[in-house]
Parts: sequence; structure tokens; C-alpha cells
Amino acid sequence: MGNVIAELAAHGPVITDGAWGTQLQARGLPIGDCPDAWNLLHPDRVQSVAQGYVDAGSQVILTNTFGANRIALERHGLADRAAEINRIGVAISRRAASTRTKVFASMGPTGKMLAAGEVSPEAVSAAFLEQARALAEGGADALVIETMSDLQEARIALEAARQTGLPVVVCMVYGAGRDGDRTIMGHTPEETTEALVASGADALGANCGNGPVQMLPICQRLRAVTHLPLWIKPNAGLPEIVEGHAVYHMTPEEFAMEAIALVQAGSSFIGGCCGTGPDFIRTLQRFLA
Amino acid sequence: MTDIQALYTAVLEGDAPATRELVRQALQEGVDPQKLLDETLIPAMDEVGRRFETNEYFVPELLVAARAMKGALELIRPLLAVRGAEPAGKVVIGTVRGDLHDIGKNLVAAMLEGGGFEVIDLGVDVPPEKFVAAVREQGAQIVAMSALLTTTMPGMKTVIEALEQNGVRPKVKVMVGGAPVTQRYADEIGADGFSDNASGAVRVARSLVVV
Repeated sequence: MGNVIAELAAHGPVITDGAWGTQLQARGLPIGDCPDAWNLLHPDRVQSVAQGYVDAGSQVILTNTFGANRIALERHGLADRAAEINRIGVAISRRAASTRTKVFASMGPTGKMLAAGEVSPEAVSAAFLEQARALAEGGADALVIETMSDLQEARIALEAARQTGLPVVVCMVYGAGRDGDRTIMGHTPEETTEALVASGADALGANCGNGPVQMLPICQRLRAVTHLPLWIKPNAGLPEIVEGHAVYHMTPEEFAMEAIALVQAGSSFIGGCCGTGPDFIRTLQRFLA
Repeated sequence: MTDIQALYTAVLEGDAPATRELVRQALQEGVDPQKLLDETLIPAMDEVGRRFETNEYFVPELLVAARAMKGALELIRPLLAVRGAEPAGKVVIGTVRGDLHDIGKNLVAAMLEGGGFEVIDLGVDVPPEKFVAAVREQGAQIVAMSALLTTTMPGMKTVIEALEQNGVRPKVKVMVGGAPVTQRYADEIGADGFSDNASGAVRVARSLVVV
């Protein structure tokens, strides 16, 4: 069996999906509740989010498992249900997927800082290994380690994910530093690339943190230092806080225009993060067609 | 004689063992602990903050420096307590109700401690009544609140209202921060201070206790 990431990238650009959290909130997820728990509580509503992206033209959809590692779930008292939440999360996206849609399973950060000694590398490794195995058992086509601010945590997650034998995408969050080109831990795209390639990533990228305009130089710099497929999911521009809520003013058309530049800069996988929804994916699909 | 410049550098570079050793030496030689704190340790942490704000330092450098400072404070604090010296101020800090994120809050707490404040950390998902109780029981001058989510951010306003309803609002200054929080939002809810980074938070806290 060939590597699904390489195969898709060879026939790219590949349209991925948009944000999940806001879509779940629109379906009634209360503020502060655990989104991943909805795989157990409201699988139908989670499936409708996935369905929204499949219908909009996503060729790759993710899973509602972003925060489903044991350490992040612990805050909600759900650590011992980690494996179950992940397996079901893949099954839900699989039900929504058409025969040509791939299901890449999402793995987000633990929310604890290794550098501050809040959690041990061993505990982080065990949590990601447990999650990755459950996602693989659930039938994921690949794993996506995303929204990582800490290279050390990303590497631990990657090493755990690779043990499943599935191909792995790793994407970091940039936006810190004078030029907005660092992770909060201070790493540049070149530094993360060197480390993640050495650790065996199958694709690299960036998500969240920035809008598509700010993402372009990041994408170009990643392209310059690796031949691996790139995975880029920007936010819908930079938010404005209005009466305590983040409002993204970028329209799907504006977003799609900028996303085309990202594809031209070498991104094989293109989608959206915060502030994007199925309408963004539908417009992107139309613009790229 | 202890090399004071070396102590300054040790904190700046986050060398915890060297910091501890140099502080121990200085105290043994009879250097005044308050002077050591005010003239060497706090200025070193201020420089750490400055480098963070000018993007020379990132989170890891901030963390190791704060850790070195914490070790120094463990040696100095008991000596200052004996003579009844007060900290720069007492801060009650927490992430507001419904929000479980603590990375930003912990960074601010570490920098405030490094800046000479006594910090009472209430943790995450802190209900308004817990902030009120902490202010009453601990006699804090500052309430510092954090939120990562736009959806939990309105909890800051709820805390300010609770402080008002319980009659303790005039006794404390309120400062807020977190990814979605802006100066405009801070003004809107009647907070006294705002910072978009951990180092700036120390400056804000100092300005609030001076008033």
C-alpha cells in the first residue's frame, strides 16, 4: 500500500476542511464544554459537521479528536475514555465520508507545557501513543498533529504517531516574534522543518495563528527547505473582538483568493482554521476548479 | 566578595544552580537581602522581560529565568519576612470560569513573582466567588484574570461585578489578559489594567500598586 499523503499530493492541490469548534458551537456545544466528548454524547451532530465539509467538497476531512489525548481530557474528567472517544471520532467522520473522501485524524496539543515541567515527556508520549493507536484502530487514513506551538511536544507526538505505521502530517502554529514567523517557543519554519523531517514526518505545515496573507511567507519558507508535501490551514484573517466575541471579517471569496496564492507557493493540502466553515471550502473548491 | 554582575547574568541566562549559589554566598557575606533583591535580582528579571518583549527571548528563556529567580527568592523571602518587609504587592491570579487554559496564566504568575510580587494562584476554571473570597481572606491589592477563549472572556466582567456586589471592588485593582483580550475590552468591562504579554503584566501590576 502506498503512502496516502504522497499519492494525494501527487494529484494536488487537495482541499481539506475548515474549523470544527465553531461548527459544534453552532449545533449547541456549550461554552467551556469538551468538544471531543460529543463523540459519545451527540455523534449525530458531530457527523453533521463532517457531512457539511464533505458536501462542500473537502477531499480530506479531519475528526473531532483534537483534544482527545488523556492529558487534555483529564481536565474534563474523561481521561479514561480517551481510546473510546478517538475510535468513535474516526467512525463518525468515516460515516460522513464519501468513497473518495479521506479521513485524517486530528491530534492537538496536551495544553500543558513541557518546558515548564507541568508534564513529563514520558506522560506526553504515552498519551499520544494511546490516542494514535485508537485512531488507527478506528480506521484513520492518516494522522494530523496540528496547532502545535512547542516543537518538543510535536516531535514526541510524531514519534508516537509513527508507531501506528500510518502516514503523519505535522503542523505548527507561527505568529510570535517581531516578524510573526516564530512559534511561541521561538522556533522558525526552517528549524521546525529540520527537526520534523529528521523525526520522519510525511508532510509538514502550519495552521491557525495567522490569516492566509501572513501565512504566505511561512509557506514559501517551508517550501524552500523541504520537498515533503505541505499542509496549510490559515484562519479567516485576523479577528476583531466585538462585544467579547471574535469576529472574522474575511469573506469566503477573499479567503479563497489568498488561498490560491498559498497553493501557488507550493501547498499541496489547503483548508481553513478558526473562522472558516463549509462556505469557505465550497468557495475554495470553485476557485481552484 | 560575591560577583554581583555574575548573579545578574545567572538570572538573565536562567542558570538556577549558579543563581542559588551566588545568592547564598552574598547573604553569607552579609549583603542586605532587600538590596540584593531590589538592585540585582529584580533588575535582571526586568531585563528578561525586556528581551522577551523585543523578541530576543521566547517562552523557554522566560521560563528558565523565572525558575532561577524562584530559587533565589526561596533563600531571600524568609529573611525579608523575619524583618517584616512587605512584597511589592499581593496578587490573586486565576483563569476565569469555564476556561481550563493555564499556560498564559502560569507565565504571568511566574513573571509577577520574579518582579517581587507575592502571587496567590487560584488555578483554572475559577468561579467569581472564589476571586472575591481570596481578595477578602488574603488582602490582595490586585486581581489578575486570564482567559484564552472569546467564549469565556465575558467571565472577567462577571468577576468585576461580583467584586462590586461584595463591596471589595474599591480595595483592589483588576488586571486582565489572554489571547482574545484587548485594551478596548479591558476598558469596556472596567478593568484597571491590561497587558498582552507576561512581561508587560509586571509593569502594569507595578503601576497599579503605586497609585
